[in-house]
Amino acid sequence: MGGKSEPAKSESMATTTTSPDLINSSFFSFKSLKLKTKQQELLLRISILGLVYILAFIARLFSVLRYESMIHEFDPYFNYRTTLFLTEKGFYEFWNWFDSESWYPLGRIIGGTLYPGLMVTAALIYWALRFLRFFVHIREVCVLTAPFFASNTTLVAYFFGKEIWDTGAGLVAAVLIAICPGYISRSVAGSYDNEAVAIFALLLTFYLFVKAVNTGSLAWALASAFGYFYMVSAWGGYVFIINLVPLYVLVLLITGRYSMRLYIAYNCMYILGMLLAMQIRFVGFQHVQSGEHMGAMGVFLLMQVFYFLDWVKYQLNDTKLFQTFLRITVTSAIMVGGIALGLGTASGYISPWTGRFYSLLDPTYAKDHIPIIASVSEHQPTAWSSFMFDYHILLFLFPAGLYFCFKRLSDATIFIVMYGLTSLYFAGVMVRLILVATPAVCLISAIAVSATVKNLTSLLRTKQKVSQTGSTKGAGSSKASSKVTLDQSQPFQKNGAIALLVGVFYLLSRYAIHCTWVTSEAYSSPSIVLAARGAHGNRILFDDYREAYYWLRQNTPTDAKIMSWWDYGYQITAMGNRTVIVDNNTWNNTHIATVGRAMSSNEDEAYEIMRSLDVNYVLVVFGGVTGYSSDDINKFLWMVRIGGGVYPVIKEPEYLVNGEFRVDKGASPKMLNCLMYKLCYYRFGELTTEYGKPPGYDRARGVEIGNKDIKLEHLEEAYTTSNWIVRIYRVKPPTNRL
Amino acid sequence: MMNLSRSVALISLFLLPLLSFSFSVDNPTDRRVLVLLDDLSLKSSHSIFFNNLKSRGFDLDFKLADDSKLALQRYGQYLFDGLIIFAPSTERLGGSLDSKSIADFVDSGRDLILSADTSASDLIRGIATECGVDFDEDSSAMVIDHTSFSVSDVDGDHTLIAADDLVKSDVILGKAKIEAPVLFRGVAHSLNPTNNLVFKVLSASPSAYSANPSSKLSSPPQLTGSAISLVSVMQARNNARVVISGSLQLFSDRSGVQKAGSQNQYEKSGNEQFVTELSKWVFHERGHLKAGSLVHHRVGETDEPAIYRIKDDLEFSVEIYEWSGKSWEPYVANDVQVQFYMMSPYVLKTLSADKKGLFHTSFKVPDVYGVFQFKVEYEKLGYTTLSLSKQIPVRPYRHNEYERFIPTAYPYYGACFTTMAGFFVFSFVYLYHK
Repeated sequence: MGGKSEPAKSESMATTTTSPDLINSSFFSFKSLKLKTKQQELLLRISILGLVYILAFIARLFSVLRYESMIHEFDPYFNYRTTLFLTEKGFYEFWNWFDSESWYPLGRIIGGTLYPGLMVTAALIYWALRFLRFFVHIREVCVLTAPFFASNTTLVAYFFGKEIWDTGAGLVAAVLIAICPGYISRSVAGSYDNEAVAIFALLLTFYLFVKAVNTGSLAWALASAFGYFYMVSAWGGYVFIINLVPLYVLVLLITGRYSMRLYIAYNCMYILGMLLAMQIRFVGFQHVQSGEHMGAMGVFLLMQVFYFLDWVKYQLNDTKLFQTFLRITVTSAIMVGGIALGLGTASGYISPWTGRFYSLLDPTYAKDHIPIIASVSEHQPTAWSSFMFDYHILLFLFPAGLYFCFKRLSDATIFIVMYGLTSLYFAGVMVRLILVATPAVCLISAIAVSATVKNLTSLLRTKQKVSQTGSTKGAGSSKASSKVTLDQSQPFQKNGAIALLVGVFYLLSRYAIHCTWVTSEAYSSPSIVLAARGAHGNRILFDDYREAYYWLRQNTPTDAKIMSWWDYGYQITAMGNRTVIVDNNTWNNTHIATVGRAMSSNEDEAYEIMRSLDVNYVLVVFGGVTGYSSDDINKFLWMVRIGGGVYPVIKEPEYLVNGEFRVDKGASPKMLNCLMYKLCYYRFGELTTEYGKPPGYDRARGVEIGNKDIKLEHLEEAYTTSNWIVRIYRVKPPTNRL
Repeated sequence: MMNLSRSVALISLFLLPLLSFSFSVDNPTDRRVLVLLDDLSLKSSHSIFFNNLKSRGFDLDFKLADDSKLALQRYGQYLFDGLIIFAPSTERLGGSLDSKSIADFVDSGRDLILSADTSASDLIRGIATECGVDFDEDSSAMVIDHTSFSVSDVDGDHTLIAADDLVKSDVILGKAKIEAPVLFRGVAHSLNPTNNLVFKVLSASPSAYSANPSSKLSSPPQLTGSAISLVSVMQARNNARVVISGSLQLFSDRSGVQKAGSQNQYEKSGNEQFVTELSKWVFHERGHLKAGSLVHHRVGETDEPAIYRIKDDLEFSVEIYEWSGKSWEPYVANDVQVQFYMMSPYVLKTLSADKKGLFHTSFKVPDVYGVFQFKVEYEKLGYTTLSLSKQIPVRPYRHNEYERFIPTAYPYYGACFTTMAGFFVFSFVYLYHK
């Protein structure tokens, strides 16, 4: 392909000879065989990148093809709603938006409690398209934002790989990251979440910073500050950058790699990045006030001390005197820093670490202290299988890549090694952080693949050259080839290299197959429409969620308040357009605990709570008919725990029988009479769900329920979807005569 | 077509007075009343009470309680606005009536006078229980009072008691004081403690107790003293009113009463005045309030905003009128309050009345954002309950509503700009000074 298109290219270059002499001369002076291969390589590289760019995009379109162009999961619905608001009302209204439809009656200042990067990005794309007279719906833009940014990430990965190793590694990294399931899981079409653009921003910031460290250029440092700003505007995960970069700088300082380049890069990036980040309302003054950001500031001050010491060392010629001075300065600097930190923390100016941060460092922290964090499935520690599932061969290419990195240690490779190791640790703590580790794993694996393949191919080539006694030099890196030519004595080297190459390509193709399969089977489900296999192998779709939300939209008063567990809050406001008590922005634990308490109390007590919150409808998700396991009964223990965390009248052991969670006849009386149980299983005792089973057989838990005769006093059934997945109850007004 | 519409218009014109001849929002007094009796002779023995109602414009429809053609509603429309049940011994009501349909009648906002008597039937007891009143379980028990009985009580078992412990409410019992005691012979009842809508109008004296007068007391009586209610009323949440009496004789006329131990000899018992005034109240001739919608706006504006900002000054008003029996009169009171409520009242203000029915106040929105409600919860003894609320969100400041330049920050502004200037000069000198 390269050979075929090459003459056309040179021809076109020749025709455009109107360019200045400088380029002309350089073009003609390089007109030799050597240049042609370089041109070929460039062309090949660009076409590969172009293909990878397209591949990354289309691999993420399974969900659109399977289902429809729709927003997935929970949080994306909030993002979609806010983007819609932004495009309709403009930026200032968005910035000052006070949402009275969520967290009733507290309300939520949306403008000040979100990361606006994603919405602004989508709105800009939307406005740009409209400017170009493409009248698309904002939903389509939102759905395709994540694949688009995934494509851009591949480009960044290429440049990053090029920066830390060589172009080959860059290309491999681009391909690996384009289809890596760990990244696809969060960036399929419709997964309109912060992470969609944040991973792009994260990698871009890191790339620009490494570039700044390598070149010592203010321009690159400035660019990385802006990259950091974009990251801060997009995702709370920016905390990872603001801690990893200082850590990296610290490591460089300790290992004696301090340089002027590093000084310029870090100082410029930190100061400007911090000032820019303060412009995001949600972040505000955290960079100078929160404990999580203090490390960066400490390293910043340390840099100044280093610079000062460097200067003193330059002025002072006496080493002994300098040693004493060094000791005094370092001691006093650390003491001043420690005292400042202590005073700041004691006076409350510097806030302590948040629970989420603690739970990263200590995986058991959330489980004991913050049930609301532990209750989220994506905050659970990662299982080994999911590493295998998300990384596949990268899992063992990663150590190999680390080996290569350590073998050729530079500022850039130290960075990628640190990024890889820290993020992999975090990925082990929380499932969702696999996403953050994915670019590092891809890059390091790419180094392994690229270096191995390069070594092997150069081995093959030198052998050929030796046998042919050709005059041309190998195109591969001279270092590797010269090394290989030295030990030619080994027999079967060529065959071995071929076998290894075949092995590598087999592995890579298995990786590609695995990635496609995972994307298609596991990560392209919108989770708002459920799919199942019927008895005859046909696909059955359960569209109950949307059915219920549209019912709410059409049949309830516009100011109706819906109480549900917080998971469904964003979807109810976005699709049902009704006020909710709590939603997925879990900022007020007490409010969520109140709902948890209502769900786990008996009907009379729950009625009091619901009246005090002006609740009109209660929505529960129930999978007993369809066998859908992530329903409210299975989440119920978390409601009890979160409710009990604030209201000690709710005690978890009362809902368990010998530490076991049951819904059948052996369940605890408290369980059988709590509101959630009643609402889920109301009239369920009359229903035969499975042939050969008694009526009231719960397919999600595989038991016959314990309380089949449920009478509701203060609530009445308003709507149950066709597969019973969503059930909506109306709260009755107080009785007329009592 | 033309003809048809004209005839429809004509018919509706004829029907109009008929339609307005009933309870409505504009005319809340009951007009059509069904009277259920277990004996038509009651019609004459209680004639003063019935004639009094008739003279006040009520359309009374007397039926035997077991009349098989009894019906409260036809085609989903209620035929009556009020119901008087003077049938203490009836076990089953005729037609389609049962205790549930009577409860539904009350729940539709219509009024009821229910009178039991000694040996009241389970049906009557059931209806009373629905309304939060429990009659003494012993069916032969009567209220006995050995200190405040009527001296005309000749048979000497002191079951005709002269009660004068009336509820102190001008709204329920009229402005004229009921001087003479009310004669009562019947069964005692108690109020359901969980029901806070029912209250006593006529209570027994502390020395009263409920027992069978013809048999000896073997155990202490269950109901004693002022726990015994003789006549109770219940105003439901939808403002339907119910009177429950333990005595049917209460409504019949009597003359000549002297309370035991009292020197005062009255020509006439207080019964007539008591039941007349009570019937005025129960049929919404008195104590019926209506409120207009809640009006609020910022000070200096007239339109209602969609959202308030914290610390906004606002004006709030509501119009309240009272039904005088014939027309709506401005309601005058100094105890109507408005709450600015979000889970708990952040502002609680008493409204000032202007004697024309307009209640008004102004206050500052608290420094808390959220979804608030203007709430007027007016529950005054005897009056219909007013429960009005209107939701309004309160937002924080916008980004450009904060103070732009803070005086105390001027040193910082100065420091900032001098540093910038100094740095510029320094750079210039450093770069170009050899």
